[in-house]
Amino acid sequence: MAEIVLDSVTKQYPDGAVAVRDVDIEIADGEFIILVGPSGCGKSTTLNMIAGLEDITSGELRIGGERVNERAPKDRDIAMVFQSYALYPHMTVKENMAFPLRLAKVDDATVEKKVRDAAEILDLTQHLDRKPSNLSGGQRQRVAMGRAIVRNPKAFLMDEPLSNLDAKLRVQMRTSVSRLQKQLGTTTVYVTHDQTEAMTLGDRVVVMRGGAVQQIGAPQFLYDNPANLFVAGFIGSPAMNFVPAALEHGVLRSALGDVPLTDRVRGLLEGADAPREVIMGLRPEHFEDARLVDEAVRAKGVTFTDHVDVLESMGSDKFAYFSLQGEQATSAELAELAADAGAADVPGGGVSLVARIAATSTAVEGEPADIWFDADKVQLFDPANGRNLTYSG
Amino acid sequence: MSHAVNADTAGTAGSDAGPTPGLSPKAKAALSEGKKAERRLGLLLCAPAILIMAAVAGWPIVYSLWLSLQRYDLKFPDRTEFVGLENYVTVLSNPYWWNAMWVTVLITVVSVAVELVLGMALALIMHRTLVGRGIVRTSTLIPYGIVTVVAAFSWRYAWTPGTGYLAETVAGGDPVLTEKIPAIMVVTLAEIWKTTPFMALLLMAGLALVPDDLLKAAAMDGASAWQRFTKVMVPVMKPAILVALLFRTLDAFRIFDNLFVLTAGSQGTSSVSMLTYNNLIKGLNLGIGSTMSVLIFIAVAIIAFVFVKLFGTAAPGGDGGGRR
Repeated sequence: MAEIVLDSVTKQYPDGAVAVRDVDIEIADGEFIILVGPSGCGKSTTLNMIAGLEDITSGELRIGGERVNERAPKDRDIAMVFQSYALYPHMTVKENMAFPLRLAKVDDATVEKKVRDAAEILDLTQHLDRKPSNLSGGQRQRVAMGRAIVRNPKAFLMDEPLSNLDAKLRVQMRTSVSRLQKQLGTTTVYVTHDQTEAMTLGDRVVVMRGGAVQQIGAPQFLYDNPANLFVAGFIGSPAMNFVPAALEHGVLRSALGDVPLTDRVRGLLEGADAPREVIMGLRPEHFEDARLVDEAVRAKGVTFTDHVDVLESMGSDKFAYFSLQGEQATSAELAELAADAGAADVPGGGVSLVARIAATSTAVEGEPADIWFDADKVQLFDPANGRNLTYSG
Repeated sequence: MSHAVNADTAGTAGSDAGPTPGLSPKAKAALSEGKKAERRLGLLLCAPAILIMAAVAGWPIVYSLWLSLQRYDLKFPDRTEFVGLENYVTVLSNPYWWNAMWVTVLITVVSVAVELVLGMALALIMHRTLVGRGIVRTSTLIPYGIVTVVAAFSWRYAWTPGTGYLAETVAGGDPVLTEKIPAIMVVTLAEIWKTTPFMALLLMAGLALVPDDLLKAAAMDGASAWQRFTKVMVPVMKPAILVALLFRTLDAFRIFDNLFVLTAGSQGTSSVSMLTYNNLIKGLNLGIGSTMSVLIFIAVAIIAFVFVKLFGTAAPGGDGGGRR
């Protein structure tokens, strides 16, 4: 077990392309950290550099206080779980798990014991003599985990370990990965493109984009205080709503009506040197069916009326979709997020907005509904560079 | 197509859930009408190929077998008669035959072993090359693209004292092709030079079967480059290695053209094919010559059997045979 420090680590390929740019991350001993971002953001490259599978162009990587830039993967004492599981097809489950120990010339009795223990933890005891080809996806995934834990390495690296599982199994395995990490207390770096995994698994999350770190923090902190448009749009499902707005005399003019600036927002904006045109961000859960909101509370927010395009009932609550008049918020970050989500392929113009409202709401699809939102929860972004103008980190 | 799919699903269902009593016989009966028609169509579609194979391969084999059971020498055509296995006794108790057999086995074993090592090295180079991949592959394949007889002649000239550059430099002016062991070495070398690219091609196809992640995982697990090669790469590509070995062993065992050009079988350097040719075509002894061809046929069959059945090589065209 050890801490891992990336000190302005950069990866540049011989053709000049920069995959990872000046990444600084300090991972504490025993911490579970998630690298998340859309494909091509450099998260896997970063993981491979920690593993030693890719050279570091510049910067320093320290594991347990020692510089390891030049060390071969086998001399770094870290274990890795691959998206494809990378199980050796010619070996049984037992041989797969014992492989790193055999290479380390551990004696037979110890190998036997460690493999048994790991198999016990992962519930693989009855499959030890089977070949990977005879296992289900979930079992293979557990064998891959087992091969990592038998060695008791300084750190685990996981490269999208759950992406090849079906949705239901992925949720189950997510909790067991989390439990396993807590049980073992081993420093873990976990790469995923799935923001739900990032939110639920990690002690801290590193959001990456285009090879650069956007923000590092606890999942809830990132959710509440995104540093920029990209983080705001990437974290959270359904994603944050973005509506163009103009700051005029202490009021935000937008397609949702005039939104008064609350004291909190006003205070944060003061030092931010905000432009006139901004992008207003609102989480879906900050909306509510106006009829279900007390008069007193209602006064603190804004109510607007619009046609409900689509209404999805999730049982516990409802998602109401609206298409607003006016221009869509535009910025490089939002375009990238939309491309990552494949939104460019979906037809539809104008601003679309999703509100998460109570299940008891009487809103009807195709009919107008009164929707209220909390003006104090508004986040404002600079369209030019995506910076969060109301950031309170 | 639907055949294979049916067999597959039946297989998985069986292994996962155990036998499903009562259901499968019924299903079989229901399918049998359609299956019969399908089988008939299959046979009809295969028929032309089977007829051609019977004409060009089946008949000569049967005819050789028949000839091998007769005393049949075109120099004494009126003494032709059925002699049973007498020809086999004659051949198998003849020192020339056994000498040719050992020469053949020696050339086969040495050339295939060396080709495997060199071919693997070449395959790794071709697989790993990032710059000038096309040029590397093309230049590697040049020897394989040259007609064997032409290449053999160039080897012969090279080893001819007085004119050949190899004879002058390596052999110091000695006529190496006129002595048994040196001649066999030269023939083996020519074989290796000629067919290593083929081995490399087959092995390169096998290398492509080894996923990168597996090698990365092995590196993370603490394997050195050599351990990654022996403990992961070779076992995973074992089916491809066995197929390559099978092809090359069968080929090498039937060595003829290199020998024909380089030594013509003199100084006891005949291979079994060479000896057969001498008896059958030069000596016009159809009985003895056919007996020898039948013996070569049996030897080749044994090699193939050993590879396919004992080593679990996937028979060419079969699928999954190598996975046991």
